Amino acid sequence: MKAKSMKSTHRTSISLAITGSGGAGVMTAGNMLLEAAAQAGWYGLMVRSSGPQIRGGEAAALLRLAAQPIDCLDDRFDVLIGVDWQNIHRFADEIPVDSASLMVGDPSQGDPPEVFVKRGARFAPVPLKQLAKSIPGSWPNMIVLGVAAAIVGLPADSVKAVVRKTYKKGSEGLAASLAAVDAGFTAAQALPPVPRLAAATRSAQPRWLITGNQAVGYGAVRGGVRFVAAYPITPATEVLEWLAPALSQVGGTLVQAEDELASVNMIIGASYGGVPSLTATSGPGLSLMTEALGLAVAAEVPIVVVNVMRGGPSTGIPAKSEQSDVNLAVSGLHGDAPRVVVAPNSVADCLTATQWAVHLAEAMQVPAIVLSDQYFGQTRAVVDRPADVSFIGERATAAARTEGYKRYALTESGVSPMAIPGTPGVVYTADGLEHNERGIPSSQSTDHVAQLDKRERKVKQHEYGEYWAEIEGEGEAAVVTFGSCTGPVREALARAAAEGVKVRLVSMRLLCPARPEHLARALRGVKRVLVVEQNHSGQFHRYLRADFDLPGEVRSFRHPGPLPIRPDEVYRQLTEWSRA
Amino acid sequence: MNIAAAAAPITAQAFKSDYKPIWCPGCGDYSVLSSFTKAFAMLDLRPENIAVVSGIGCSSRIPAYTTCYGFHGVHGRSLAAATGLKIARPDLTVLVASGDGDGYSIGGNHFLHACRRNVDLTYIVMDNHVYGMTKGQPSPTTEPDWDSKLSPGGTGLRTFHPLVIALAAGANFIARAFSGDPNGTADIIAQAIRTQGFSFVEILSPCVTFRPEQREWKTQVRPAPVATTDDPARAARRIMTDDGFNIGVLYKGERTPYQPIGKGSKRPADLEAGFAI
Amino acid sequence: MSAKKVKKTASRKGAAGKSAGAGRRKKTATKPVDHAEFLARAWAMEVEATERYATFADAMDEHNNRDVAELFRKLSRIEQRHADQILEENFAMRPPLVPRGGMRWAGAEGPETADPGDLHYRMQPYHALRIAFGCEKHAWEFFTELARSATSARVRKAALEMAEEEAEHMRLIEDWLKRTPPPPPDWEHDPDPPVLSD
Repeated sequence: MKAKSMKSTHRTSISLAITGSGGAGVMTAGNMLLEAAAQAGWYGLMVRSSGPQIRGGEAAALLRLAAQPIDCLDDRFDVLIGVDWQNIHRFADEIPVDSASLMVGDPSQGDPPEVFVKRGARFAPVPLKQLAKSIPGSWPNMIVLGVAAAIVGLPADSVKAVVRKTYKKGSEGLAASLAAVDAGFTAAQALPPVPRLAAATRSAQPRWLITGNQAVGYGAVRGGVRFVAAYPITPATEVLEWLAPALSQVGGTLVQAEDELASVNMIIGASYGGVPSLTATSGPGLSLMTEALGLAVAAEVPIVVVNVMRGGPSTGIPAKSEQSDVNLAVSGLHGDAPRVVVAPNSVADCLTATQWAVHLAEAMQVPAIVLSDQYFGQTRAVVDRPADVSFIGERATAAARTEGYKRYALTESGVSPMAIPGTPGVVYTADGLEHNERGIPSSQSTDHVAQLDKRERKVKQHEYGEYWAEIEGEGEAAVVTFGSCTGPVREALARAAAEGVKVRLVSMRLLCPARPEHLARALRGVKRVLVVEQNHSGQFHRYLRADFDLPGEVRSFRHPGPLPIRPDEVYRQLTEWSRA
Repeated sequence: MNIAAAAAPITAQAFKSDYKPIWCPGCGDYSVLSSFTKAFAMLDLRPENIAVVSGIGCSSRIPAYTTCYGFHGVHGRSLAAATGLKIARPDLTVLVASGDGDGYSIGGNHFLHACRRNVDLTYIVMDNHVYGMTKGQPSPTTEPDWDSKLSPGGTGLRTFHPLVIALAAGANFIARAFSGDPNGTADIIAQAIRTQGFSFVEILSPCVTFRPEQREWKTQVRPAPVATTDDPARAARRIMTDDGFNIGVLYKGERTPYQPIGKGSKRPADLEAGFAI
Repeated sequence: MSAKKVKKTASRKGAAGKSAGAGRRKKTATKPVDHAEFLARAWAMEVEATERYATFADAMDEHNNRDVAELFRKLSRIEQRHADQILEENFAMRPPLVPRGGMRWAGAEGPETADPGDLHYRMQPYHALRIAFGCEKHAWEFFTELARSATSARVRKAALEMAEEEAEHMRLIEDWLKRTPPPPPDWEHDPDPPVLSD
């Protein structure tokens, strides 16, 4: 990677890592920095990385701040600030630095790790501990906050505003922290210059500071979900933490179940009772839920299962992101079991995609799986407030005393009105057993074929609208991807475009059912397709080749977690291929 | 429909659907079905306001044989489905129907937590000490020396004591009934439904096909010689020394039934304030 | 086949025909009833028997035992006629009030209600008639006892009349039994093993 200019120039995005361990408060400092940037009108995101310890472990706050909306981490970090260096070498792969990067650390904590020094990053000392000690009641991470803010060009006022929100008015902690921030700003003046952020223009458009998991939760509520049963699992637990009080405030309920088997069956029961329901889990939990998902398919009970994907297989890498549950989501059920699979493609999109999933599940009386991932789930980002969309769950229900009511009537759309318990005259028994139109168990081939056709027809014939994919740009080459790869792919395509290489982007939100005609239309005129995904075996690539028609030459670019797909990786794939 | 008929109290027969049970003639579950319908009639419930949730097994076939709403789910998870249903729809009367395999084996974990959670459900387990539907394997309540193909010579395992476990896990109402006394069973079921919180009724229901010797149960059961107690310690002593044939309500506690946390009435848009910069 | 032998077969094989229902029907002294209650009980007994035989007929239909199904349906119709007769003669077509959930009896169920535990999917018409005979006999015993313990002359008279009716039913069924072939020794035989269902 070529060295960037040492001059202090303004840039549109700057990446910063803050590391430390054992109570250093790295995450707190990082969050406050992000909030200050948001206050000052910048966009930004923060990814957390930590060791396996519950507390006191090594931690890194990875931030990227920008003047325009961003959806992913950059290829490198401009600044690495270490409160201390204990076990930080474990994050070396996640914090790529080079000769243009600046490392800041406390000389009393020893030398920065070999691995960073080897990559050419310059080191500048700041006596963080000593400075903190000189201000009674303050902590090194507050000094770091000041240093970091000054380095990137954040106004001190924005930082102090955030500090004031955190501490009680008039408290000693407040005064000390404010003084620490000032001390940090002062100390930063002595540091070698680093490119700063271009000034922000605060727009009239409202913005949010939100994580993907919170966005999923809010999307569920907006979509009409009022019952959630779930079992905690990394990295989905924050969905439940946000939903527990929020649901209750809008008149819903969240129940912590004894395991994932209970969770999914509880939401099926609640939905059978007429209440839109949802659960959130990760790969191992989704594996447990597959039998019940089949029940929801067979009995035609709508539910939404959010899978915040993590490194697999089995227990895998719980705190890291991966896109390796495609197989499970699109084909992991026994029997012929059509279902809906939706994938958000940004932190903000987690809201709309989840809301859409609720709407789809309710409209088609089918289970919908939302494939989010740890990267979205636990990344906190400044986003433009997502537009209000009218995806509201609407279930076709049976009117009381409908003459000759058949729960599983063979309608043209495949969707048959559902009797809600409490409604007289249309009583039925929902069944996982194959059944006839009335819901009576049947092993007749005519009934089985008729019901299989019905359940397939209803998802295949539904009008999904424009939201099924994001299709951007023109070109004879295209990248097809989904989920958290969308951000880095988009940046790679922007770089390619700046050099005159035109590449189309197709980021699919509707993974299942497969609708080959729609993808074919999106790829009209394309001669080279690069499929990008974050897993080892190319699950998405295989799925596309099996169930869709892809034009021309198709290549797969992939690697598994824990490292994200970076813009530069995709850019190099594209440019190599375009030269070939 | 004339007004007189509408005003007339609904009879037990009205709770029986037109679908003919496939249970073996001689099965105790026929009587249990009678008891369900009698209990519903006694409580003056309406069929559309009752939901019967079941899993897999002979006993789990019962929902479709009633004119109530039914949910025939997967093996062992009926308590979970019923819990979700009842919490979402507290206005419904929710019964859960299970057997000794569905309820105590694969459903064991959910049994523990349902007792603990104390949601207002009535859990009926038709216990015939065998897996009927899958052709006669031992269940958790099968005697240790009962010979079978999968466990020749018997399992050698101590039987599961569901009433003890229910008490330990926090069930608020624990009773045993016998299918050979449909009216007595109906009374117990009615009382179980009326009692708020998690009510557990184990019904001894003979399997004529795989355990024909269970015809002797009618000579072995007896009304429990002691009155219902609300003292868990006394109930524990009784149930631990019970021989499995004492019929009646053995424990009725005072636990407050599960209540979800306070229900607010905000609109979704009101939640956005937490994200706004 | 003598009644005794049938009983022995029944207890060994748990088959139909064990109409004694030992332990199920306790013959406790009934408390004195007034005429209105007497009629209500008489009617309720027949209705319960009607419904029970109909359930038996359904169960036999589902298990492809056509002959016995037809027999139980016939018995159900007969009981329906008895119930209608009591209604017509006494209630001017308006059924008496019965407690919700059904009438309560000293025993587990009504005296004329057959025990579902007595069924067997391979049972023969002879077994079904033995069950019916047992039901009529219990009904006869019930009315006889009621007549004995009645404190009202009106009730006593009515009870004796009903008892006579039931005795007549017993004779009819006995005749029917005479015309019905006894079950062969291998009536239970089914070479096929049980079948998995769910």
